[in-house]
Amino acid sequence: MPTRKKKKPKLAVFKFASCDGCQLSLLDCEDELLLLADAVRIASFAEASSGVLRGPYDISLVEGSITTLHDVERIREVRAQSRVLVTIGACATAGGVQALRNFRDVKEFARIVYARPEYIDTLATSTPIADHVKVDYELRGCPIDKRQLLAVLSALLSDRKPSIASHSVCVQCKLRGNVCVMVAHGTPCLGPVTHAGCGALCPTYHRGCYGCFGPAETTHTGGLEWALVAAGASHEDIARTYATFNAAAPPFRRAQEEQLVQIRPKEGGRG
Amino acid sequence: MARTIKVDSLARVEGEGALIIRFKGDKPTAVELRIFEPPRFFEAFLRGRAYLEVPDIVARICGICPVAYQMSACHAIEDALGIRADGMLRALRRLLYCGEWIESHGLHVFMLHAPDFLGYEDAIAMAKDHREWVTRGLGIKKAGNAIVAALGGREIHPINVKVGGFYRVPTRAELSALLPVLETALGDAELCLDWAARFDFPAFERDYEFVALRHAEEYPFCEGRIVSNKGLDIDLHAYEEHFAEQQVPHSTALHSVVRGRGDYQCGPLARFNLNFDRLGGRARDAAQRVEFVPPCHNVYKSLLARMVEIIQALDEAIRIIHGYAPPDAPAIAVAPRRATGHGCTEAPRGMLWHKYTLDEAGLVEDARIVPPTSQNQKCIEQDLWQLAPTLAAMPHAAATRRAEQAVRNFDPCISCSTHFLRLAIERED
Repeated sequence: MPTRKKKKPKLAVFKFASCDGCQLSLLDCEDELLLLADAVRIASFAEASSGVLRGPYDISLVEGSITTLHDVERIREVRAQSRVLVTIGACATAGGVQALRNFRDVKEFARIVYARPEYIDTLATSTPIADHVKVDYELRGCPIDKRQLLAVLSALLSDRKPSIASHSVCVQCKLRGNVCVMVAHGTPCLGPVTHAGCGALCPTYHRGCYGCFGPAETTHTGGLEWALVAAGASHEDIARTYATFNAAAPPFRRAQEEQLVQIRPKEGGRG
Repeated sequence: MARTIKVDSLARVEGEGALIIRFKGDKPTAVELRIFEPPRFFEAFLRGRAYLEVPDIVARICGICPVAYQMSACHAIEDALGIRADGMLRALRRLLYCGEWIESHGLHVFMLHAPDFLGYEDAIAMAKDHREWVTRGLGIKKAGNAIVAALGGREIHPINVKVGGFYRVPTRAELSALLPVLETALGDAELCLDWAARFDFPAFERDYEFVALRHAEEYPFCEGRIVSNKGLDIDLHAYEEHFAEQQVPHSTALHSVVRGRGDYQCGPLARFNLNFDRLGGRARDAAQRVEFVPPCHNVYKSLLARMVEIIQALDEAIRIIHGYAPPDAPAIAVAPRRATGHGCTEAPRGMLWHKYTLDEAGLVEDARIVPPTSQNQKCIEQDLWQLAPTLAAMPHAAATRRAEQAVRNFDPCISCSTHFLRLAIERED
């Protein structure tokens, strides 16, 4: 009996509040892009194509965070149309740098940037996709690492469970044979508490990790504090370092708050 | 009979927005480039950040041109602190910027814009009939990314850019390893310019005010005066006296105008028209061979300007690498002080102007960023006003495609400009 040709799976890419960098990672796979396009049907990818196929989709890659009421609805529609939903990057997995608004008054932010803030429609918070819908896999990073993206896509296309390392940047530094920038040069580094994936880039370039892959699975930011202080960082410096691209990821948010408490111990009561 | 044309999403641009053109009969009554990209408030949360953090933070405004944001920020902060990265550090910055131009222009020419001219939905569909050109394009793009990754650590949001220079400078061997891929890309880019020059460019011209940086000797990247073909010639510190940003209800991006005149165009075609005499021999010869010379007022030919700039950037990158010797220190010494500084560099899509005020400790008190797409936004709308009668006479689907193509002439980066597309052409008779 002749076997029926298996239909190619549909891949879709969706964007919420973001810089477009993580979905660009897919177009940056110059050697693999045409091969990937042979293995899947690219059903929706506005940055790259004006063609759109209707859902449902086998794999949806979701970039960006939720910052408008319209997007709260849109992500539910995306979820309903997706068999496997993979969030890509710090915006989608932690709220991104725009989550800095979560700690401040968004109306004040709008007044700083726009002369007519009443034209601006936005929520007070920037939240990760998993706060709104079930997420099947997460890829960390600001931006994601394209090798990790290809690894997840190949696993999903061959019905394997993707395996993404969850250890810290420190482990990657050791694997690369780097000299520790904090121990050897006294450079403050978030490597011990930051999720692996970048290949320990910053220490390889002689600078401290600034946490763009967000918190590792088990972190002990309190234990890192003394080393950062010993390396010359003030509580203000440490608080700012945690308050960047994964500022709203709970371990980094707590670490930031712990530092802020030490800066303003006597202000009590004021929010 | 009333007729409405609607397309839900303008594709092959970076970010989210829509376009509305309303007609009464054949007469356009409204053109609105609507930007839906949710605002992210960068200028607000830069307040209180340390000057050394700024290049890493502003990179996140745009995943396609992070180097441009890093370069404008570094130059503005260095202006405030009274320092200059010269010699090999300056050469390495130009090399990094070459990488970003090649990568970003390569993405736009081959993956986003060429499919319009050849009638495909995307580069992947185009590859079925034109695989050799798509493959060459991807190779060119990859060469640009190879530069950014080698020097910056990674292609997107490089980690090696620092106020005062770099965290680590490359060895000669690390840069020389790039030469074979750059040489191949340069030869391919010349073939691709000849190929693209045979595209069917719609006959469309407008009396643009082109605005770009102009440098005494070089094709502009990070330095120069701000000049135009209508007599503007100013120092970048005088930017705010000559340009204004206006907010409109239909967009989260601000519109820029030249005070007293109105819309203007920045980007590759503006740079090409204003700086043709600053191109290197290889790029100028290639442009002349396909009879693409200034003045060119057909914005569809911005695609050719991007190809010429790819050749220029590859040629310059090769020259920089041949002349490279590692500097003594990866960065010059920097000390904070209370001051205001300005920086303006040529992002792939056009001028990117930054201004920062720092306090005594080097914390940002105030930040202002004017990205190229918000500068071009009004110019895009004006193009569509002029194009509208042609659109009205065209079959519906073709009119829609032509309008989208006209927007893509500017390679609009909506993510950047928010501080940008769905398309609807509405007709009422």
